[in-house]
Amino acid sequence: MSGRRAAPAAAEEAGATITFNGRKLPARPGEPLAATLLANGVRTVASGIYTDRPRGVFGLGAEEPCAYVRVDSPPGESMSQATRVEVHDGLRAGALRGYARLPEAEEAPRGDRKWAHCDVLVVGAGPAGIAAATAAARAGARVLLACDGPHPGGGLVGAPHPVDGPSAHEWLEPRIAALGDVPELRLLTRTTVTGLHDHGEAVALQRRPHAAPGGAAHRLWHIRARRVVLATGACERPIAFEGNDRPGVMLAGAAVGYVRRHGVLAGGRAVVFGCHDEALWAAVELHDAGIALTAVADARPAPGPAPVAALYERGVGVLTASGVTRTTAGTGGNLNGATIAPIDVHGNATGEGRSFPCDLLAVSGGHDPATALAAQIGGRRRWSPEHAAFLPAELPPGTRCAGAVTGARPPAAARDQGTEAGHAAAADALSAAAGPAGSGSSEAAGSAPPTAEGTNRTPPAALWTVTDTRTDESRVFVDLQRDATLADIREAVEAGMASIEHIKRHTTIGTGPDQGRTSGVLTTGIVAGLLGRSMDGVGGTGARPPWLPIPLTAVAGRDIGELLDPARRTPMHEWHVARGAVFEDVGQWKRPRYFPREGEDMRAAVLRECRAAREGAAVLDASTLGKIMVEGRDAGVFLDRIYTNNFSTLRPGRCRYGVMCTADGMVLDDGVGVRLSESRYLSTTTTGNADTVRAWMEEWSQTEWPDLCVHITDVTDNWATISVVGPRSRDVVARLAPGLDLSPEDFEFMTFRDTLVAGVPARILRVSFTGELTFEINVPAWYGSSLWEAALAAGRPYGITPYGTESMHLLRAEKGFIVVGHETDGSVTPVDVGLGWAVSKRKDFIGKRSLWRPDTAREDREQLVGLLPEDGDHVLAEGAQLVAAPPGTPPVPMQGHVTSSYLSAVLGRSFALGLLREGRHRHGERVYAVHLDRAVPVTVTDPVFYDKEGRRRDG
Amino acid sequence: MTPEPLWRTREPAAGYDVVVVGSGGHGLATAYYLARDHGVRDVAVLERGWLAGGNMARNTQIIRSNYLWDASAGIYEHALKLWEELEGDLGRDVRFSQRGVLNLAHTTHDVRESVRRVNANRLNGIDAEWLTPDEVKKLVPIINTSPDLRYPVMGATYQPRAGIADHDQVAWGLAAAADRLGVHLIEDCEVTGFQRSGDAVTGVQTSRGPIAAGKVALCAAGHTSVLADTLGLRLPLQSHPLQALVTQLLEPVLDTVVMSNTVHVYVSQVDKGELVMGAGIDGYNGYGRRGSFSTIEHELAAAVALYPIFAHAHLLRTWGGIVDVSPDASPIIGLTPFDGLYINCGWGTGGYKATPGAGHVLADTIANDRPHPLAEPYALDRFTSGALIDEHGAAAVAH
Ligand SMILES: Cc1cc2nc3c(=O)[nH]c(=O)nc-3n(C[C@H](O)[C@H](O)[C@H](O)COP(=O)(O)OP(=O)(O)OC[C@H]3O[C@@H](n4cnc5c(N)ncnc54)[C@H](O)[C@@H]3O)c2cc1C
Repeated sequence: MSGRRAAPAAAEEAGATITFNGRKLPARPGEPLAATLLANGVRTVASGIYTDRPRGVFGLGAEEPCAYVRVDSPPGESMSQATRVEVHDGLRAGALRGYARLPEAEEAPRGDRKWAHCDVLVVGAGPAGIAAATAAARAGARVLLACDGPHPGGGLVGAPHPVDGPSAHEWLEPRIAALGDVPELRLLTRTTVTGLHDHGEAVALQRRPHAAPGGAAHRLWHIRARRVVLATGACERPIAFEGNDRPGVMLAGAAVGYVRRHGVLAGGRAVVFGCHDEALWAAVELHDAGIALTAVADARPAPGPAPVAALYERGVGVLTASGVTRTTAGTGGNLNGATIAPIDVHGNATGEGRSFPCDLLAVSGGHDPATALAAQIGGRRRWSPEHAAFLPAELPPGTRCAGAVTGARPPAAARDQGTEAGHAAAADALSAAAGPAGSGSSEAAGSAPPTAEGTNRTPPAALWTVTDTRTDESRVFVDLQRDATLADIREAVEAGMASIEHIKRHTTIGTGPDQGRTSGVLTTGIVAGLLGRSMDGVGGTGARPPWLPIPLTAVAGRDIGELLDPARRTPMHEWHVARGAVFEDVGQWKRPRYFPREGEDMRAAVLRECRAAREGAAVLDASTLGKIMVEGRDAGVFLDRIYTNNFSTLRPGRCRYGVMCTADGMVLDDGVGVRLSESRYLSTTTTGNADTVRAWMEEWSQTEWPDLCVHITDVTDNWATISVVGPRSRDVVARLAPGLDLSPEDFEFMTFRDTLVAGVPARILRVSFTGELTFEINVPAWYGSSLWEAALAAGRPYGITPYGTESMHLLRAEKGFIVVGHETDGSVTPVDVGLGWAVSKRKDFIGKRSLWRPDTAREDREQLVGLLPEDGDHVLAEGAQLVAAPPGTPPVPMQGHVTSSYLSAVLGRSFALGLLREGRHRHGERVYAVHLDRAVPVTVTDPVFYDKEGRRRDG
Repeated sequence: MTPEPLWRTREPAAGYDVVVVGSGGHGLATAYYLARDHGVRDVAVLERGWLAGGNMARNTQIIRSNYLWDASAGIYEHALKLWEELEGDLGRDVRFSQRGVLNLAHTTHDVRESVRRVNANRLNGIDAEWLTPDEVKKLVPIINTSPDLRYPVMGATYQPRAGIADHDQVAWGLAAAADRLGVHLIEDCEVTGFQRSGDAVTGVQTSRGPIAAGKVALCAAGHTSVLADTLGLRLPLQSHPLQALVTQLLEPVLDTVVMSNTVHVYVSQVDKGELVMGAGIDGYNGYGRRGSFSTIEHELAAAVALYPIFAHAHLLRTWGGIVDVSPDASPIIGLTPFDGLYINCGWGTGGYKATPGAGHVLADTIANDRPHPLAEPYALDRFTSGALIDEHGAAAVAH
């Protein structure tokens, strides 16, 4: 007889049926899958990741190293511990054998992200956590209590031991019920804090198994807490011996937990083996639940008299100074017996062993405080020989510990610590000076817990392995998840490794999804033994978040699809879509690249659009250009330092082209600056750089020149902008703004007017990026779409043609105007691209000093040139490299590259811009443009191809 | 049978011909090549923590040489050639796998810069191809090449000879080889300052006492500037957290390395089965070796968008290293204003791939007291001369 239910009727009543590995099993809804499997006598659940050995349920919760499953029924899970899958009717799951497989077809369940702030975050809802949360909330703090499981209670659920009189359960129930009545206390169940980060940030994963279909199956919480109380309990530690991985070997506390919480007996006949009193008490509970004890072994020569007496009363003797040396298996590799031998304090057998039949081997080497969260942000632990455990020694600032995490095992002690920690955390959090947790200096981990159970308790022993002379160390599993053994550790140590971090990497111990919860301290103990060092001398590996695996879908949340990076659209976007525009991504913006008509490809559409701009009228949606208001008494001085040219000398009402450089003198961005009034400027930036430029200005203003009075505001989204372009643009604008004098004498180039356009308040700039007469009309974004429609209507008699970025780039390239990101790449100075005229020699500006460094000032740098392919039909590839002669064997010296390349309607041929070494002095020369395997001859020219005299800009 | 130890635990001697500070891959490789190629065997590598426990133990192991500028192509391709020999040289399987690296292009700007880099690589004799979205899909069937992707895949550069190698095995292989040649590897020995005689450095102060040295080489990544500071030498380095992460072990889904800068995530699946991913630095400076979770969220959102199947995988572990970033994001290698003091730092987010190359070039520089030709462009004085080597704008993700 193996596992079963203590009260079989109860399960049938509940009536849930699940399927595991294709087999139908009765289950109780809400219980963990591990309990269902044990209750149904399913012993082999999974197999070793490398060894293919059968593995069963080993633990009770997050420490489970063996029983990994996948869930096939919706919402699906590629990997979970059977101890953490909540059962419901219709659940379908299967063993995870070796590696996980990602299901291709299935949509992953979605997750949501939530944010919360609190005074005190309590992690863990056992007695310590419940007491801490209640105390903190009663003291007036806003409290979040994160409870890993579906119900609060922790290890106390179903516990018979008394807490100051009443049974643990009697103590727990009213307190859990009262949690709901405490104002400002919020309980989050099924919520695991997976990471603590600096400045009091905690990340927590909440599972929502009952979410409606399509609802979020996970929530990822970002919690900002002023104070954190870690009531995270402890994980039980096994003892390693040969064959300790067989299905049927289980942590003693887990075996008890299945009885207490789920009424499930993990076996029929058990051997219990431990080295501390709780393991003996576990034997008592297993016996009382109806499991026959064939042997109880304790590594200590003198175990605690109380549990020994309790067992004696039940007719069970305790084999002292004894340990399990190996196990035997029956059919399917399941446990059927254990050999117990006398051992010394190091776990070496000192005599012959005896076999005991069993289908359950409940083993316990002690309890390891769950300090990983604290360790993630610099907390430290120290070995306590008295507790045979690492206890928290130094905690991150703002953090406290309470309960079993401090080594306090009795529930009453945990509760008292919790109350104290809750009070103290609330007091700190509510004191006026409190900063967030995680800032300031670290805290000592409070006084060691009262040696509690203290005085009359027999101390635990620290025991890592039990071996005899015949032990096969490659069958002594230390990390059951990674199939890593005592032999592996020995090999690493013999290879000269003395650091626990090296041993981890050599053996892979601790790298599994269980984060080595049952293997970490065991490994330290074994290594300490092999190297003859202290436990603290060996220490442990660094804690790396998350504490529990998080499905990627939960981390990604809803930042998928469109929302990966929310697209920015102009007010005219819908019009563009309706007209079949082909879009391109520029920064976060969606911009029309061209507007093809029936049967047109990009080249045809662009030729048509450009012709309209050069011969009639065309219109561009320029709303995406960055617009930054720079205001304040010192705005002019500020911009003088930001731009290479002067802006304080610009008269109100006028515009000026400006370039800005990084500190190393390279072009950062360019655009037109407008002086709206004495103390107000509007800087325009390229589409992709608005945010960079705003941040750049803020950085300089805040960190370098706090004395300057300037205010910087990004108003890009507040304005819609259209450029009406072409020789007939004046006629179009005349119809839009009938009151305005548009003559070139009255409305000069590089000035602006505030006026009404199509009945709407607007600002018109006379600037030009195409060389043609241009009116750039800005209206509040709200009116963008009506302005666009009005311009199209007004332009209809002139054949007004909407154009996109491709034509815009082509038109400016014909004029030799650069585009940041085409002609510049962070290694190009204003002088390189022919903008030396815009670089002031007198005033200081960012990057000035760098521009006069010897290499930056070299005459033979790569410089902007025009390029004419000798074959006028051939359009060069952008990104082609320029070389002096057709390339032979590499390495071939490169002299520059093609930055922009097009087929031009007005030139009637192809042309390109490029950067070429000493290019300014090489006009007329032939060079070769190399793209992949092809080299084509091109002639170097001046970069201005069209209207060199600039006659067209006034129309 | 007791195997030979990989390296032996040594007590520091009173002095060495050369002291290398920092036992990352670069420090170890420097010592190895000094001993192997230059006959300089009286060498100690001093490490303040555990051997190769800095960025060497934390990186995402990507190796490639398809950089834009000649100087970069020179040193990274030199390194890649040495990688191709390394397993033979060290007599150790370091799981060097030339499975190819793709750098995705998602915008017209990316396409232009990628094509430019491919052309530059080819002219420099570096294997480089430009792939269409269909060709990308053929190499990486799980990738989402739908035009509906927020930033659709418009193509990719591809270097077939690029790949990955197991960083621990590389470190241990170099350590073992150096140890065999007589180099002392000394862990738990922090360098705290220098011994000087005028403008010459004559030794180091350490947590385990003073150690004299004919020459000192700093290979301490982000801490190089901290150490140089004690000499009044200010290095233009900023140290940032850079994080990486792994998933659980998965059946094979990806047999090449795919990097994306615009949808910022890069990923490979190592032989063990985990997906290893990384993205950009955390914006702030610090030596904390941990970053913000929001960085991870952005990275994984990008990963799920590009590879929808990853939605089902689990995040197992995240960690951070401290990367030393110079103003042009290229390394600083060579001599210093102090006689007998050499530096190798500023490798930032991308120095793993250079491990053998950096060590080889630095060893030569130390042995001959003049910059190796491949190191010349990387001299410290480029920040005063302006001869920067800036790969930022060329969209070559620096990892
Ligand atoms: C998350 C992450 C991902 C990365 N991914 C890649 C990638 O995919 N490809 C790539 O090419 N590069 C990558 N890198 C970068 C790469 O890891 C580094 O550039 C490279 O490891 C630097 O090598 P190193 O030997 O100089 O540094 P490190 O390995 O950091 O070595 C420096 C050593 O110096 C020691 N030290 C510091 N101060 C002292 C002192 N005072 N005394 C003694 N010892 C000292 C440190 O403890 C450390 O061991 C990544 C980096 C990180 C952090």
